[in-house]
This record gives sequence, structure tokens and C-alpha cells, in this order.
Amino acid sequence: MRRPETTSIFSNIDWITVLTWLVMLILGWCNVYSAVYDEDHPAILDFSQKYGKQLIWIGTGILIAFLLLIIDAEFHPTFAWIIYGVSMVSLVAVMFFGREVAGSKSWFRFGDFGIQPAEFAKFATCLALAKYLSDINIKMSETKPRLISFAIVIFPTLLIILEKETGCAIVLLVLILVLYREGLPGSLLLLAMGMAFLFFASLVYPSMTLVIICGSLALLVIIFTRKRLRTFINVLTAFLVVVCIIFSAKMVFEHFPAHQKKRIGVYLGIESGKKDKEWNENESIIAIGSGGFAGKGFLQGTQTKYDFVPAQETDFIFCTVGEEWGWLGSTFIVGLFAFLLIRIIFLAERQRSAFSRIYGYGVASILFFHVLVNIGMTVRLIPVIGIPLPFFSYGGSSLWGFTILLFIFIKLDSQRLMILR
Amino acid sequence: MNPLSERKYVIIGVILLISLIYTCRLFFVQVIDDKYKLDAKNQALRYLTDYPPRGYIYDRNGKLLVINQIAYDLMVIPKQAKNIDTTVFCRLLGITKESYIRKMRIAKNAPNSPIKPSIFEKQMTAETYAALQEKIYKFKGFFVQTRTIRKYPDKIAPHLLGYIGEVDKAMTEKNPYYHEGDYIGISGIEKTYEEYLRGKKGTRIVMVDVHNVPKGSFQNGKYDTLAVPGEFLTSTIDADIQEYGEKLMNMKVGGIAAIDPQTGEILCAISSPGYDPNLLVGRERSSNYGKLLLDTVGVPLYNRALMAYYPPGSTFKLINGLVAQQEKVLFPETRYPCARGYPVMGGHPGCHAHASPLDLLQAVAQSCNSYFSYTFRSIIDQKKFNSCEEGYRVWRNYVLSFGIGRKINTDLPGELRGMVPTPEYYDKYFGKGAWKSSTIVSLAIGQGELGITPLQMANIMCSAANRGYYYVPHILKSVGEKKLVPKSYSEKNYTLVEKKYFEIMVDGMEQVVSMGTGRIAKYDDTTHICGKTGTAQNPHGDNHSVFVAFAPKDHPRIAIAVLVENAGYGAEWACPIASLLIEKYLTRKITRPELEKRMMEADLVHKVYVKKKEHR
Repeated sequence: MRRPETTSIFSNIDWITVLTWLVMLILGWCNVYSAVYDEDHPAILDFSQKYGKQLIWIGTGILIAFLLLIIDAEFHPTFAWIIYGVSMVSLVAVMFFGREVAGSKSWFRFGDFGIQPAEFAKFATCLALAKYLSDINIKMSETKPRLISFAIVIFPTLLIILEKETGCAIVLLVLILVLYREGLPGSLLLLAMGMAFLFFASLVYPSMTLVIICGSLALLVIIFTRKRLRTFINVLTAFLVVVCIIFSAKMVFEHFPAHQKKRIGVYLGIESGKKDKEWNENESIIAIGSGGFAGKGFLQGTQTKYDFVPAQETDFIFCTVGEEWGWLGSTFIVGLFAFLLIRIIFLAERQRSAFSRIYGYGVASILFFHVLVNIGMTVRLIPVIGIPLPFFSYGGSSLWGFTILLFIFIKLDSQRLMILR
Repeated sequence: MNPLSERKYVIIGVILLISLIYTCRLFFVQVIDDKYKLDAKNQALRYLTDYPPRGYIYDRNGKLLVINQIAYDLMVIPKQAKNIDTTVFCRLLGITKESYIRKMRIAKNAPNSPIKPSIFEKQMTAETYAALQEKIYKFKGFFVQTRTIRKYPDKIAPHLLGYIGEVDKAMTEKNPYYHEGDYIGISGIEKTYEEYLRGKKGTRIVMVDVHNVPKGSFQNGKYDTLAVPGEFLTSTIDADIQEYGEKLMNMKVGGIAAIDPQTGEILCAISSPGYDPNLLVGRERSSNYGKLLLDTVGVPLYNRALMAYYPPGSTFKLINGLVAQQEKVLFPETRYPCARGYPVMGGHPGCHAHASPLDLLQAVAQSCNSYFSYTFRSIIDQKKFNSCEEGYRVWRNYVLSFGIGRKINTDLPGELRGMVPTPEYYDKYFGKGAWKSSTIVSLAIGQGELGITPLQMANIMCSAANRGYYYVPHILKSVGEKKLVPKSYSEKNYTLVEKKYFEIMVDGMEQVVSMGTGRIAKYDDTTHICGKTGTAQNPHGDNHSVFVAFAPKDHPRIAIAVLVENAGYGAEWACPIASLLIEKYLTRKITRPELEKRMMEADLVHKVYVKKKEHR
């Protein structure tokens, strides 16, 4: 093992990523300020207001980032399983000792501040997955490692679903992208996505139509891959699973939490959202649309200011971006995220150790999923799933969680010349 | 290089593709599609409603019956209500902190909204308003909205005038004009002429900046609409007569209707017991309404003049006399015997002692039951009819032409049709073909299954006064400065009995008052009142006292029906009350203060209450 010739812990750090992160934090805070702006409390440091609190979160976030840069990169692979274990224990503990907020028991409360263990499960799961897959004996072509890595991901997912934070839980499923990068066949990835799609399709279309369509597809595959018994068995299994999904979808959907059901129902057009005064799915797109090409300007948004948009400073912070900064601002933010994601993938690919690379892909996947879903739901391309926009949405847990997620990787990258086990 | 690393291009490709899709979607939503911009504009503007004052209501002589008073509603936009000194605030309003919290919660939650104004305190008193107004600037999010509510200076005619109240949900869904919290006429004139009285709400569109401070009107008020005040109505009611009648009916249960036969204008319509219309105004409305509902015997909210079915008693003999003449089975010189009752059916229906036989004129004056039993049966049992049923149908058709047993379409809501049984009704009751003219002979003297409202009785008198036709009784004289009365009110509705047959009946009615059963109605020698007493048997206790009349005999100006429940003979109570009202209307003074005093002070209400309770 060769230590790089360095005197400072900050050498070899990818400043481009750090700078992007800082820009996002600043822009995010500006938008939170604008979204909850109240003429009674104009002071930036008013800690009774959310933008005041967000400043605290940002400050402590920077501190955490700094601490992570000090800690040696060896720490992470060494303690990966322990961190994962602690995270799982906290997910269970919160169900017993947590404070109930809006029907879900997923928060630890400390006075005015709250901590949501689910946010921290993300990097813990990434670490565990990286640790497991970086083992030299693991081959993604085998069934056993596939099942184990699947288990590593699905365990926290189920725990978080039990906390009734469905949106937060399905985020972890995106780690299938990491598995794909590490050798999971693309056909399985497509199959997984296809089944997710099928689930929602069966809520809208008649079951028999879908069965016939899927059956003919399966038949085509079998015909074109003649003779091979293995493929035949695989396709048949897949088809049976598909049939199960189609017929159970409505039943499973019935057991979704009411608000999720409503939102998805409205999106799919199987439920009318018009009479619901609590939630108007149009409000977010009206706010964004009203921004026009160049936006209304800082603090000039009317839609987000008057609570027309629900959860405007958390899950719907992108509405404020859209309204006040227009298409130019929105596109800039979308571009900024694309840049960050591609940068992380670029960094991940240059790692010498598999652990760092896998972890890097984990970071990219999770951030990607958040951006995809969050912006997608505000512009009504995706049903409303309440997950935050990384570094923009108000909230300490998510800000800390994303910062830790990112900075572990930045630290790993700074020691990329080392082989970590 | 690990071939798997090629997969990064797939992942990067997906990221770029999604970014591109989102950018395009944003471009479409923000730049190309105007739909969302318009919607947003609507929300950044505040739509304020201006409530117009409701139109006044006058009586026929220009006296004000209904005026407005200002009410102050305290409104709140919960989202803006911050840093309220609740101690001071609650003391000003005279409410408790708990009540403050409760009201605030109501204002915040559906169907209200934290960002829209809702009523916090309804109709504050002027004192509360004055005290609050000085300090309201301290209570952000609160403001006062003025509204007009009704006031009734004379406290009369509650049933005619009706009342207003908040619209219900069914109405707001049916009619887009109304929104939650608006007032609407619920009964009486307020209901019928709601569209004239309410005026038109105005809307002011105000732009609000990001601090929610109004920044002036939108586009210089180009899209604002001015509130149009409601139009005043002149009703046909004579307030003096209405008030006088209500006084006479004090401590009595019953109904009075008086109509100007030359126009069909309703002069008064009294339902007793009534109530002070001011009770159904303002904050106390619902509790007062509840109290009025509790009187289940007097039923003050029930408009007897239009809705109560009474057997008309002997007054109905007039119609039978007219129909029989028209059918040419009765002539002025026709005489029938009377043996203290109808001899053909063994003295039933019974009659009082008088000379016998009588001719038509005398029979009317003496109100002979036997005479009209002969008459009634002679109509039904004519040889030209194949059956009793056919005869009955013809008879019923005549009766209906007098505006009974069907709606006469007056402009007062709640008018009922009355009851003149159909042949089918008797078929059901007795069996098909199992009834004859003798079975239903009580119709001859206005008993049996007949049910007629006081308004319909007065309307019969209009036909008599006009010798053959009536105008639809109505309450609207004019709207605003113009005369805007529906044409149908000036059309003559002819009965099926020709004019020439009325004269003898009118003469008979004149004799009722000059020398017959209704002598007490006469107040001077120059005014000839034509009337008919009735003593209507009913299953609820003592007979109802009934009197119908019109006066003067030539060029009649008033047709009236008085009904006092369980009071006894028609001549005893209904007749003098009608007479006093006629005198008051025609001469504006009363020459018989003794009679007036006796009528006003008589307490007949206990007879109804006691009997009704026994009956139960």
C-alpha cells in the first residue's frame, strides 16, 4: 500500500464537486427563504423561522463535511457493517421511541429539531453494499451475491415502509443501478422497471388485456430463443410473476397509505382530485408555469408565498425556483444536478478500489432518483411522492444525510490512489 | 479496462435524457403554454365582494314594511392572523379564549380555508363594532365586512313578508350567483321576489403584492362590477288593515284573507298566532326559530291564510246555488221544504227552526241546510248523466272554476291547492260505484271532505263581487318606480257560472247582513255588505266560526274571509271581525268601539289548545 505524498488533508480533494455542493446549498437556502418569507420576520438569522433553522442546518452540514474530510478513508470500509447495523437499529428504535408526525412515526425529536433516521439509512446502505460487493470473490453473475445484495437493500426499505415513509423507502430501490454497473444483466434491470410499470398499468387497464399483451411478448421471446430450456424456464417464471402482479396490484394498492393512494390515483386519472381542497395537484405546476421565461424575481413569487403550493419549502421547493427564476433558473438547476451526477460518475470510474467506485455509484444513483422524482412530480410527469430535492429542500436530516453521503465519497476519492478493503 | 465500465455510458445517457426531458417539459409549461400563467394571475388577485343593500318593501299606501339595518360581520384570514393579543381581543368581543380558539379552528378548516376570509363573528352589535373598530389595526388578518339585514318597524305580517337567511348548500350548487354565506329570501315576498330585492353583488378585483398588501385595483377597475342595490317593492298589503286584523285575531287561532276584487290585490292575509318578524333576524334567528317551532298547537310559523284547509261550512252554499242555476235545475222561485233538516234523508243534515218552504233568496238568507241538500242532489242526479260519478264530475268542474281544489298561482310561496275530492277518491273510500249523491250530501253545506284555505274563500267572494270572475290574488303592486306586475294578474278568470245567476245570490247575501244570520256585520245604513256566515263542523273540537263577505254591494272594494278555529257560530266571531275590518278599510274609522274591544279581548285560543291536547 502506498500513501500519497501529502501534508494536508485537503489535498487531492475534488474541489469542483465541493464547489457545486456549496452553490447548491446557497441557492437552496435563498429559495427556502423566499418560500417561507414573512414580512414579520425578515431577519436572516431569525431562528424561529425555517430559513433561520436552515442556516443552522447548513452550518452544521459544513461542519460535518469538514469532519468527514478529516476522518481517514479507511474508516468507511472498516466500519461499513457497523454503520449499517447502527442505522438499522435506529430505524427500528424510531418506531418505538419516535414522535408521531402526520401519521408516520419516523422522527426523533429534540426540542425544536427533528432527526429522521431514514435519511441516514441511505449512506449506510450504500456503504454496506459497497463493502459487500467490493469483496474480491463476489461475482454478480452468480445468484447468491445477487440475493444478498438485494437483501442489503430491501431490509432498510421494508423498515422504512413500516414507518409509513413509503416515498423515502422506494429511494433505496434505485441502488439496482449500482448492481447493474457491477454486472447485473441489463435484462434484469429492464424486467424490474417493466414490472414496476406494470404495477401501475394494472391499476388503470383491464387485467386480461395486460395478461394477453405480456403473454404474447413472452411467447415471442421463447420463439426467438428456441431450444434453450433455461431461457424458457426464465421467461415462464417471469410471466407467472407478471400475472401475479397484474392480479394483485389493485389489492396491494388498496393498502397504500390514503394520501399516497390519492396522489397516485389522481396522477393515473382513476381518481378525481378536483373536489379535494387539501390537495390540488395543479398548484405546483401553476406556480412553475407562472414563472415564465425569466421568472418573477427573488421574493416576488405570489403562488408559493400564499401557501397555494403545499409543502412549498420542503418537497415542493422547486416550485419557488420555477416561479421566481423562470425557465432559465429551472434549467440551470436541472443542468447543475446533471453536472454533479455526471461528475460523481466520472470520479467513481477513476477509483482504483472497487469499494470507492461502488459507493460512488450509490451516491449518484440516490441523488439521481431524488432529482428525477422530485422535479418530475412538480412538473406533473410523475405522481406525487414526497421526497426532498437534495441540498435545496428545507430540512436538517435530508441536508445532513445528503452531505454525509456526498462527502464520504469526496473523501474516498481524495484517497483514490489507495486500495481500500 | 473492465468491459463493465462501458455501462457508465448507459447510466450517463439516462441522466442526460431525463435532464433533456425535464428541460423541455419546463419550457413547455413556463414559456409555451399560457394556461398556467392565467391561472396564476387569478390567484394573485383578490376578489372582494360588495354586498348591495336589499330592496325595501312598502305597503300599498307607501308605508315602509321592511327596511334594512347594518350588521357588522367580523372576518378573518387565519393565515394572516398573527401575533394577536388574544386577551384584549377576546375582551373586546366579549368571548372566551376557548371560543376564540374554536372559531379560529373553524375558520381554518374545510370548507373554510386558512388563506381565504371567513366569518369569525357574525353580526356584531354596533357597540362591539365601535369598540373594535378603534383597535382593529392591531389585529392583523381581521377586518369588518358590513352587510344589511332586515328590520320590520311595524312588527306585522311575518308570513307575508317572509324572512331571509343564509343560502344552503343545495342552492349554492344549483345557482352560481350564490356563494356560501350569502343571504337569500327563504319565505314570503322575500322568496318570491328575491331576484328584484337582492340587487346584484359587485366584485372588486384588487392586486395584492407579495406582502399581501392591496396595491390598488386590477387594470384600473376595468373588470370590476359595481354592486347594484336591490329594487324596492310596493306590495298590495294595507299595513293598517293587516295590523288591525292581527290585533283582532289576538288570542285566537285562525286565518283572514282580504282581497280587492277589482284588481286581485291582497289587502291583508293574517295567520294567527303569528310572531314578530324581527325575531327571525340576526344572531338570535336560529334560537328564536327553534322556540317558534316548539309551539306545536299554535304553530306560529304556519301560514294558515294560505295553507290551512278548513271546511267552508254554509258559505259553500253560495257555490251550490250558483252551479244549480247554471245547470238549470234551480230557479229563484224554486221552493224546497225543511223539517228541521233534510226530510228525504230522515232529517239529515239537520237545520235550525225557520219558516218552510223557502225560495232561493230566503234559503240563502236563512242558510237552510235542507234547501241546499235538495239543490246539490238535483245537480248530481240529473237525468242527462249516466251515473252519479258523471254528475259529480260536472259539479266538481264548476267548483274548481272558482279557484278551489287547485292552485290559483298567487305569488306567495307555500300556497296549497285545497281539497275538493275527485270521484276516484270516493271510489277508493266507498268502493267503485258504491256512492251516490246521498252519500256525499254533506258537500251541499260545505262539510265532508272539503278543505279550502282562507285565501281561496276570499277569492270566491271576489268572483261573487265581480259577478262571475276573479283576478289571481297577488301581493306585488309594483317593482321600483316602474309598474312591473306580471300580465297574468290583470287577466279575468271567469267561473263557469254566468253573470246573470249571481244577482240573486248577491241579493241573498245582502239579506244575510241586512236581516239574516249576519246582522251584526252591518255598521251603517249606506254601506251594503254582502256576506254569508258559516259554522264549520270539524273533528278537532268546537265548530270553526266562518264568515265571508264583500262590500259595498255595488262597485265592491273588498272581499274578505275570516275563519276563527273552534270559536263557535260564524255570526258570533268571524262575522264581527270581518265587519270591523271592512269598516276600517272603507272608512278608516271604527264606529263600534264596544264591539271592537270585545273582539280584541276575547280569548279563544284556550279552546283550541285544550281540545287539541284532548284530541291527541
